[in-house]
Amino acid sequence: MRGLPPVTTPQRRGDAVAAPARRIPWSRAALVSWADRQAGAVLVLPAILVILVLSIFPLLFSLYLSLSRFQPVSGGFRIHFVGLLNYRKLFLGSEREHFLGRLGESGLIGWLAFVVLAAIGLVLLWRSLRTGPLNIFRLAGHSVVALASLLALWLAVRTIVASGGRPGTLVVTWVYVFGGVALQFLVGLLLASLCAQQLPGRRFFRVVFLLPMMITPVGVAYTFRMLTDTGKGPFAPIAHWLGYANVSWVNDPWGARVAVMIGDLWQWTPFMFIVLLAALESQSPEPIEAAIVDGANRWQIFWHITVPQIAPVASTVILIRLIEAFKIFDMPNVLTGGGPGTATESLTLHAYVLWRSLDYGTSAAVAYSLLFVVTFVGIAYVRLVHRRLTEAL
Amino acid sequence: MALRWRTSPTGPSPLGAILSYAILGFWTFVVLFPLYWLVITAFKLPVHVNEGPTYIPFVDFAPSLHAWRYILIDLGNDTLRPYLNTVIVGVTSSILTLIFGAAATYGLSRFTYRVRLATVLVFLGFVVLAALGIQLGAPWQLAVAGGLGAFALARGAVLRRVGGPRLGNADIAFWMISQRMLPPVAIVIPIYILFQRLGMLDTRTALVVAYIAANLPIAVWLLRDYFRTIPLELEESAAIDGANRYQILWRIVLPLSLPGLVATFLFIFVLAWNEYLLALFLSSAKAQTMPLLVAAQNATRGPQWWYMSVLILLMIGPVIVLAIVLERYIARGLLLGAVRG
Repeated sequence: MRGLPPVTTPQRRGDAVAAPARRIPWSRAALVSWADRQAGAVLVLPAILVILVLSIFPLLFSLYLSLSRFQPVSGGFRIHFVGLLNYRKLFLGSEREHFLGRLGESGLIGWLAFVVLAAIGLVLLWRSLRTGPLNIFRLAGHSVVALASLLALWLAVRTIVASGGRPGTLVVTWVYVFGGVALQFLVGLLLASLCAQQLPGRRFFRVVFLLPMMITPVGVAYTFRMLTDTGKGPFAPIAHWLGYANVSWVNDPWGARVAVMIGDLWQWTPFMFIVLLAALESQSPEPIEAAIVDGANRWQIFWHITVPQIAPVASTVILIRLIEAFKIFDMPNVLTGGGPGTATESLTLHAYVLWRSLDYGTSAAVAYSLLFVVTFVGIAYVRLVHRRLTEAL
Repeated sequence: MALRWRTSPTGPSPLGAILSYAILGFWTFVVLFPLYWLVITAFKLPVHVNEGPTYIPFVDFAPSLHAWRYILIDLGNDTLRPYLNTVIVGVTSSILTLIFGAAATYGLSRFTYRVRLATVLVFLGFVVLAALGIQLGAPWQLAVAGGLGAFALARGAVLRRVGGPRLGNADIAFWMISQRMLPPVAIVIPIYILFQRLGMLDTRTALVVAYIAANLPIAVWLLRDYFRTIPLELEESAAIDGANRYQILWRIVLPLSLPGLVATFLFIFVLAWNEYLLALFLSSAKAQTMPLLVAAQNATRGPQWWYMSVLILLMIGPVIVLAIVLERYIARGLLLGAVRG
């Protein structure tokens, strides 16, 4: 290295060595010493500025856009403030069927599903409330979560289970997120606990199972489009045998959604797998050995020793995947193009479609609704589940 | 070997082993079959695709290089340009992300910051004012300079004496990492408008800048652990020998954390390589990246699976290699990140 002249850089102002360097105000040594004292700011500022300019500022501008009507004019654009009009359009107006869906007449099954799921949710919330100190904040928090989940559940049941109902992009995104993450977690946990055993060849499985996570989602989506083709895909004979020849799954709303979820499962199970495997492998062996000596069986060991040990990590991967899954876009856009109709559109795709038709205001309103839902779910999850699981140890 | 495996505490019984292998084998098939299908489709003639599925090369159909010839030679530049764009954007944005991320993470792990919340809010206020000024027709150079000047003035004159809550290192780190939570669609329209106003739509620079912002939180998240493992004593002795902060960072910290830097770089590179949403908003023709090219295939030519498969293979080849190289680092990095949350 060429190296700078050996500069002594005082850390404190009264340092004796610093005096000669200070006499000439613009000497190189003085400059270096000044830069050295500012190192803390110099190091952090670029990153902060990047995030401020390209993340925080756009976020504020998006909020403003979602409250305005955007009109491109020659050489620029005009923005009128319209208040909550865009949101009204989403929740009550012309975009309502697209965003919330069409409410159907829920029959007996629908009501049964609603009552059972609501009861389970409320009991869990009640138990969670009872385990901590009772104060006004926790009571309010739990009530808000209870109310929001009842509302969400009601919307989901009225649009999914009811006859004549059709889920909008909001509900479809919930299906992708909650259904998808639950499946990915279960499959990932199963594979990780199998791979954590002392089996020859597990290194091979680890590498293979990791692969899908790194593969370009657009490529995955097209590959699954090929695979689900009932005329030319590899499973065409099976489809033919089942009597589905030439009826693409992707033309049926639920078939298409399942196809998207399978693609997502394929792509993101590796994330769950790799982290859970690392957690399983880093658990301390002593309790397990002691339990074996005491005659515990495999299931008891798993449930009473392994599960508590990996719970914090498991909770964190679920949180990360929940947040990431809300952003789902590539898979439905490429695999099904959002179709049939708008059946597989996620919220991000909905915002993109609106943006393409130059309705920036409503597009920003959809994006902000997504941001609100993600934040709400994230905070509720951290408060109600994550904190408990990570503090238990 | 077999004996040890049976008696080891976590080793399965023979029946358990068979069952385990069955499930693991099934998932291996699930993972590899789509890739296998992709590879064989790339070597099929249209007739072998259109007349129903054919499974085994040389038995079911005669492999052909026609699709590869078409994509690589006939379409030569139309394939090469997006590929180069992806490489250039990926490498440039990852290097810059790594520089910004490493500097910020190092700063956050070695210095103590106590920023007044009021300063941040005032700064944001001036940014908004400057933006309004530009919107109202002021030249942007003037607006930026004016905003910065006013902020410096306010900071020197007023803010030094204001109290109020202060943000520490943990707050700054949390703030940076939590940006990852943000759905990109919530910020992409303003970024689109910004680059439109600057006349930078459909340029690689716009993509590079957007990707830096998108991947910086991940870089900070992953690098925190690597910097934490470097012993402070080495840095202290270098400081006593007269090295300044930048020399310490450049000559001691970065070389010592090289494996972590490489792993983080490759991970960010894969994210930039695969990125689709931002590219879709910010580029169309000149700066088109591979995911865009692949996604556009259907619109222009209908499902010509043989060409599509070749393009997808060209696109995913590098990331598959990286996935195999990175396997150990990813597990470690993600776990450490996950444990701390």
